[in-house]
Amino acid sequence: MSTTPVYLLAALLFGLGVIGFLRQRNAVMILMAVELMLNSANLTFLGAARARGDVDGSMMPLFLIVVAAAEAAVGLALILALFRSRRTLDIEVPRSLRD
Amino acid sequence: MASWISFLFFAGLAVGCALISLFHRSVVHSAFALLGTLMGVAGLYLMLGADYLAVTQVLIYAGGILVLILFGLMLTPGDPTELRLARVLGGIALIGGGGALFLFKMSGASRWHAAPPDQLAPPDPTVTRIGLELLRQDRFLLPFELASVILLAALVGSVFIARRRVQRDGGAA
Repeated sequence: MSTTPVYLLAALLFGLGVIGFLRQRNAVMILMAVELMLNSANLTFLGAARARGDVDGSMMPLFLIVVAAAEAAVGLALILALFRSRRTLDIEVPRSLRD
Repeated sequence: MASWISFLFFAGLAVGCALISLFHRSVVHSAFALLGTLMGVAGLYLMLGADYLAVTQVLIYAGGILVLILFGLMLTPGDPTELRLARVLGGIALIGGGGALFLFKMSGASRWHAAPPDQLAPPDPTVTRIGLELLRQDRFLLPFELASVILLAALVGSVFIARRRVQRDGGAA
């Protein structure tokens, strides 16, 4: 299988993620859009690994998945803390990092 | 031919579920549609010969991160406000147009080390090679160990951030 369609698909998924990231105001939905973008980056890495025929391109997605897991955990903890103090998930509402 | 059919199947699954996930009104539906996207991408990993990554994707993304997101959704009510699409698309066109022009010029100027499709090596199991790479001192041993430190820090940090504030007299605030 050629890798060009994979790159195109990854670009499409990344674009969808960007649209979701910029359009949503719900913090959890923004987190989901970020996960979508990270996935498309992984797809690009693996397409390049297939084209080059070595295992280096498979290592980067592993570390990307680790970073994505850490990001999801911290992000959801922040969302919970935000919801406790403001009773909303709208990211336009908080204007300060105080309290 | 068969690989094209399966590629189109997984690509359609990924893109279709991504569209549902972005434009459905209910956030819970969006989360479950994201599950379809992650599964489609895992199938594409498998087609690209990355068997280990495909299993990791299903285990960590679908099993871990998505469940975490669902917990986040269940613990907080959603408010369905979103920005208007035209405004967002205008901003993307402005920024992405310049970036696309830059990338187009750059891709013409650089030499790509890519084999033509008919010379690609057949996919073989990558688990052994990934495991050896992760534990070789001159390769990925240090990032591998640092990843565990990052995960531990994220775990402790998220528990610290999300904990209930407990006052000195013992009652939860």
